[in-house]
Amino acid sequence: MKSDNKMDATLSLGNQPSRRDFLKISGVMGGGLVLAATAPGWAQGTPNLVGGGELNAYVQIKPDGSIVIYSGAPEMGQGIATSLPMIVAEEMGADWDDVVVEQTPEVNSERYGRQSTGGSYTVYLNWQLMREMGATAREMLISAAAIVMELPREELKAEDSRVRHLLSDRSRSFAELAALAQEQPMPAKTDLVFRAREDYRILGTSKSQVDSLAIVTGQGDFGIDTRVPDMLYGSYTKCPAVGGKIVEANIGDIKSLPGVVDAYIIKGNGNVRELSDGVGIVGTSTWAVFAARKSLQIVWDESQASKDSWTDFADFAAKQGDTGAKVLYEEGAVDEALADPSNTVISSFYEYPYLSHLCLEPMNCTAHFRPGKAGAKDHIEMWLPTQSGPGFKKLAQEHYGLAADQFTIHVKRMGGSFGRRTSGEYMCEAIELSKLSGRPVKLTWSREDSMRHDYFREGGFCRLRGAMSADGKLAAWEEHTIGAAVGSEPSRWTGVRAGSFPIATSANARGSLTTFRMDTPSGPWRAPFSNTHAFVSQCFIHELAEAAGRDHVELLVEMMGEPRWLEPDNFRSMNTQRAIGVIKLAAEKGGWGRVMPSGHGLGIAFYFCHAAHVAELAEVSVDAQGKVTVHKVTAAVDVGPIINRSGALNQVQGSIIDGYSAMAGQQITMENGRIQQTNLDQYPVLRIDAAPQVDVHFIESDFDPTGLGEPGLPPLAPAVANAIYAATGKRVRKMPLIADGFRV
Amino acid sequence: MTRITLNVNGADTQLDAPDDMPLLWALRDLMGLTGSKYGCGIGQCGACTVHLNGAPVRSCLVPVSQVSGQAITTIEGLTEDGALHALQQAWIERDVAQCGYCQSGQIMSAAALLQSNAKPTDADIDAAMAGNYCRCGTYIRIREAIHAAAMSFDATAAKGAQS
Repeated sequence: MKSDNKMDATLSLGNQPSRRDFLKISGVMGGGLVLAATAPGWAQGTPNLVGGGELNAYVQIKPDGSIVIYSGAPEMGQGIATSLPMIVAEEMGADWDDVVVEQTPEVNSERYGRQSTGGSYTVYLNWQLMREMGATAREMLISAAAIVMELPREELKAEDSRVRHLLSDRSRSFAELAALAQEQPMPAKTDLVFRAREDYRILGTSKSQVDSLAIVTGQGDFGIDTRVPDMLYGSYTKCPAVGGKIVEANIGDIKSLPGVVDAYIIKGNGNVRELSDGVGIVGTSTWAVFAARKSLQIVWDESQASKDSWTDFADFAAKQGDTGAKVLYEEGAVDEALADPSNTVISSFYEYPYLSHLCLEPMNCTAHFRPGKAGAKDHIEMWLPTQSGPGFKKLAQEHYGLAADQFTIHVKRMGGSFGRRTSGEYMCEAIELSKLSGRPVKLTWSREDSMRHDYFREGGFCRLRGAMSADGKLAAWEEHTIGAAVGSEPSRWTGVRAGSFPIATSANARGSLTTFRMDTPSGPWRAPFSNTHAFVSQCFIHELAEAAGRDHVELLVEMMGEPRWLEPDNFRSMNTQRAIGVIKLAAEKGGWGRVMPSGHGLGIAFYFCHAAHVAELAEVSVDAQGKVTVHKVTAAVDVGPIINRSGALNQVQGSIIDGYSAMAGQQITMENGRIQQTNLDQYPVLRIDAAPQVDVHFIESDFDPTGLGEPGLPPLAPAVANAIYAATGKRVRKMPLIADGFRV
Repeated sequence: MTRITLNVNGADTQLDAPDDMPLLWALRDLMGLTGSKYGCGIGQCGACTVHLNGAPVRSCLVPVSQVSGQAITTIEGLTEDGALHALQQAWIERDVAQCGYCQSGQIMSAAALLQSNAKPTDADIDAAMAGNYCRCGTYIRIREAIHAAAMSFDATAAKGAQS
């Protein structure tokens, strides 16, 4: 694949690309997919295969009847290792009980296509390829059956891991046919016919995750569980303020501590996403190196290190006006509408904090650097939890100047990622420790490392203005984001997005940006941009509805206007009819308009992101002491047909609970460049006792399916905030709730 | 470094470990029992939960020298004679896990709860499980699975009484 893998990885990180970007990605990825679909035998017309019973790059039938389907995308809890193979199995006519899912055995985009996950793109980008892989295997099995059974192909059908004769009770199992099927010509891609939705037997049903048994018996095999012969355990200590350079450290003392094998002062390359200065310690157990760190004394040169201060950022933001210097979007006559005395104009100022990814499995990587001897090349083997094997491989190639064939990479299951494991510094650190020690090393970041050296969901601020006409219609919308610039460039995760709601549907709208320099690294965090923009925009729409005396649901529906795609012919853009569908369904199922007891309230919010239309209605109470209880959240979701019903429901339930956890108590602050929250005792997270009831309704519209790992999260915070207003009359314009006078 | 005898999942193992090494790291790094997870190291997340003489403890806080000879059960030992515990079965059937990292600890806390309270209410579950964090937010299914396992215990007991 000729694409730039670094870009591939970056693009997969959850950004909502513009239409133009999207075409570009499609082009790049399309190329990769075609190659994958042709491999290993399509181009030649006959298979040229390795291994037993391999029908194509993704499907093998074993002599015992088991059907191995590869999962190319890394699993991080989004359920992709179950959902993509379900698509293959459906098209193939496999019995799901016969299916064994394995992670693709190597990072090889030419053979397997896209092996990254992120941005809720994975189902969408693999849907067609997985159908092709399944249908190809099915047609080859039918060809084999036609020969063996001496019957015309048209009279044969694949189902339940057998090819059956439609006109008699004769059939052959896939296992019986596998060897002959391998020799059959691959059908042309253009000749493939896919199953009709009404004939689905696997898609749309509920399947437990393929790794469920391993997980509940403690055999889950996450990256952090890697054990290889002769392995050492490693830690890597960096400056608490990002960018600090190491001057000296007492590594002589450290080397003499029990269980410590060696310690190193390591100079980085100045790129925080690759290798920063630090002290590496390797030893005989994780505990030995964690304990040794307590005795470390490091002198840092912090002259170039981060001096970030959240307080300074907040002070700066508070002084900003209604419109920022950088106007990134302007449509219609905003100023006229805001100046029109017959309109009601209001403005508000919102705040949202930095957040940690808090993947429960800390960052880790096991690496074995084998120096080339006697003319052989250097080789790096890695056991790597990552959202993008190809992206990380490219990074390691560039960092160490190695070629693609100098790596063996085992992509491991991730104990959560949420966008975090897209930055490869923990990989570089592990390789460095292996290179220095000459042994395989499992590097484990402590929880404190993982929180301090995260690349965070950015905090920021938004000043909003809106005008409502005398007849209660939205006359103008203005949003001014005060966001972070990392270095001189505005962060990718802040700013204004033309396709976002309500800018995209408003005749008169302006979006502007003012940036404040922050050196604290930031990156994608589940539904980046959307997870903060939904809060500020969907709360403010409610404020406007209140100001104009309008029902919130009626106003939302009215704002959608005529049924249409906001970007013609782009089915990943917002569709106003799909939007209205979920808004009305959430309102109906959640009992919008009910009279609530004192101290109770209902709030609703809609948001569009990741090609998904989602509306959520929250039922909340607040007691006299300001304690908030979210009793129930009703969600209406349109992501097209559901692949795995259980997995889809789990994602929406989880997004809602995760969204509430973040909204309720989480906040990362920094002063003098130092992150002030480094473990769970300083960073309150939602526990089971505060988890609301969640009621999910899917509208399975007839478009290609899109992903669900992220879009359930953004509407939660505004729905709850709007419900708190309904319950108390107090507006929530700041997250987390515990920093805004509430208790949880 | 001290020679310690650990009784884990019914078998004694001799280990050389520093006195202050938490049980978690002895299990994971010295014994290769990686089902118990490291999440926070300060007893706040529950991912490292094991049973000590039948009671749930956070193994990241228990020095290995203090549990020499005592009965330790980890997630790997919850299965009896190859048969899944009712909770493990319920976890699979209800597809509880997302990333799955916290679930060993969740199941161990739930197993200790059912040991002392065969029919827990929602409030009992809240109290027993509040020390186990799930970043993916699978709490709804955790609750359902605990209730389902309690029901199946009931059914098994009833069956046993009949025969």
